[in-house]
Amino acid sequence: MIAAATLRAPEADARLLVLTASAELKHAPRAAMVEFLRPGDLVVANDAMTLPASLSGVHLATGAPIELRLAGLQAPAGGDLRKSIAVVFGAGDFRMRTEDRPAPPPLSAGDRLAFGDLRARIVRKIGHPRLVAVAFDGSAEAMWQGLARHGRPIQYAHVPQPLALWDAWTAIAAVPVAFEPPSAGFVLDWALLAELSRRGIAFATLTHAAGISSTGDVELDRRLPFDEAYRIPGATARAIGHTRRLGGRIVAIGTTVVRALEHAVRDGGELGRRSSVVRPGNGVANQRIGAATALCIVDAIVTGVHEPGSSHYDLLRAFTDDEALRRAGVALAAHAYRGHEFGDSLLVERSRTHRCEAPIADTRFAA
Amino acid sequence: MAQRYKSAQATTQAAAHRMRVAITGGTSGLGLALVREFKARGCVVAFVARDAPRVAEIAKQTGALGITGDIARKEDIYPVAMQIGGMLGGLDVLVNNASSLGPTPLRYLGDTDCEDLELALSTNLLGPFRLTKSLLGALAASAREGRGAVVLNVSSDAAINAYPGWGAYGASKAALHQLTRIWQEELAAQNVRFLSLDPGDMDTPLHALAVPEADPATLKRPADAARELANAIVAACRDLHTPPLYSGATTDVAPVTT
Repeated sequence: MIAAATLRAPEADARLLVLTASAELKHAPRAAMVEFLRPGDLVVANDAMTLPASLSGVHLATGAPIELRLAGLQAPAGGDLRKSIAVVFGAGDFRMRTEDRPAPPPLSAGDRLAFGDLRARIVRKIGHPRLVAVAFDGSAEAMWQGLARHGRPIQYAHVPQPLALWDAWTAIAAVPVAFEPPSAGFVLDWALLAELSRRGIAFATLTHAAGISSTGDVELDRRLPFDEAYRIPGATARAIGHTRRLGGRIVAIGTTVVRALEHAVRDGGELGRRSSVVRPGNGVANQRIGAATALCIVDAIVTGVHEPGSSHYDLLRAFTDDEALRRAGVALAAHAYRGHEFGDSLLVERSRTHRCEAPIADTRFAA
Repeated sequence: MAQRYKSAQATTQAAAHRMRVAITGGTSGLGLALVREFKARGCVVAFVARDAPRVAEIAKQTGALGITGDIARKEDIYPVAMQIGGMLGGLDVLVNNASSLGPTPLRYLGDTDCEDLELALSTNLLGPFRLTKSLLGALAASAREGRGAVVLNVSSDAAINAYPGWGAYGASKAALHQLTRIWQEELAAQNVRFLSLDPGDMDTPLHALAVPEADPATLKRPADAARELANAIVAACRDLHTPPLYSGATTDVAPVTT
């Protein structure tokens, strides 16, 4: 796999590998994605706007330069960005690979941090020298203003040029809650949405606060994804119910959509195959989805090209068996599909052997 | 038509309740009047303007949320859109009101510097285009949830009529008007409504710059124009489930027609 070195590939060049329910592989230009959808299907996407969640500033006690990457909320359900969880790096910026970044100075509760006129305090460390709870000074409006002025989108060394906020937003971005782009949504544009509607394919959104995808630290990465808040509009829950009753498929754009919908069906939803109902409203997705997860709602996923071992890749194991994914991996490599958030796409249909019977043991429930 | 206008007025208060509204150029003239009008209707309002102390002052005065930014600057747009999305938690109504007259005193096109025309285009055309594009997702999400989604681009009769001296302003407003019509066609399927309305000649700082000799007593009060525009927006929201009604011709505000 070649990491996408430029920003969003011109849509004409972007490619799509389809892994069908019967484990067949099909190569297509991504512009032809709609050909793999059917009238009566419902496409569900995450409409989170991406926050400029990287703040470069100073650890005031030592004067050392730091980069703070907001990675989640201390109370995801509360929605207050001023009380965030963050990963802290020492000197340097995104041009250096995260795993090579120097550590920040030793951090303690009470340490003050300055990002221009935006000030924060370390509340506590969270079981790791680089993972902290931070509290920002001032009002909620001051926090938005400070982020607008001093924040930049989180980015990684595989894209050399600095990202602007517009690079990190999908066309449908609606509410600023994502710490990194819900990047599968880069496949969507307004022409595609118009085409879906012409073909009788429905479209709905939810808002999921996609968290950080990589920390550069093996031990921390194992704790990903952190708990993520989501909101499912009533209209979306109704559209899902309607689609399922009529035998249409639910096609998730991105792993965050799968995480939210499969959480909402377990947390107060009604389990069962065709009758499964998604609970509308707010929730906090805290489960890991993997080979042992039975999907109750989502029938197919459109996602980026992810490395085996990542939590995103693990999630695909809920859709199909490892042998099919292995063959897809070989095909992606052989045809030089571009990985990472601005690269090519993969559409995986849930195989016939992966069905929801009941909630299963590896799923942690909301407290 | 008159009947329809009445019924729109009757439901105005209730329909606008907690509507989330963003207004550019919100610290003077029509923009400030719109901030006050929507606040009075119980909406959650954010406004954008360039001068930070003035933004803070108007925010304090009106209880609306103030955002500092320059619509004419490309780099400001997405940070402004993020603050709108963050502070309001979504968006139902966007009013692109901030406008630039171009060179003042008004000049013939032959005497207009290219840079002055560019600045007028940046404020009156590119700014509204960029801000609308950055918030299209928020507006479409609102439409899907049945809240209604409306973009009002404030137009002018100078968009249609050829007034000598109004070249930079008139050309940029004409382009904005056409942009509005095409947005409307392209986004109709998503139920986002686009309006291009002319509020008329008002007693505003912009008008005073353009026509310093005008007698303010003969001009429309910005508050009156704001009330009419707000009525048109609420009516457009209400008509969400009827075929797209271009330019909201149910009020005293003139739809800009060619």
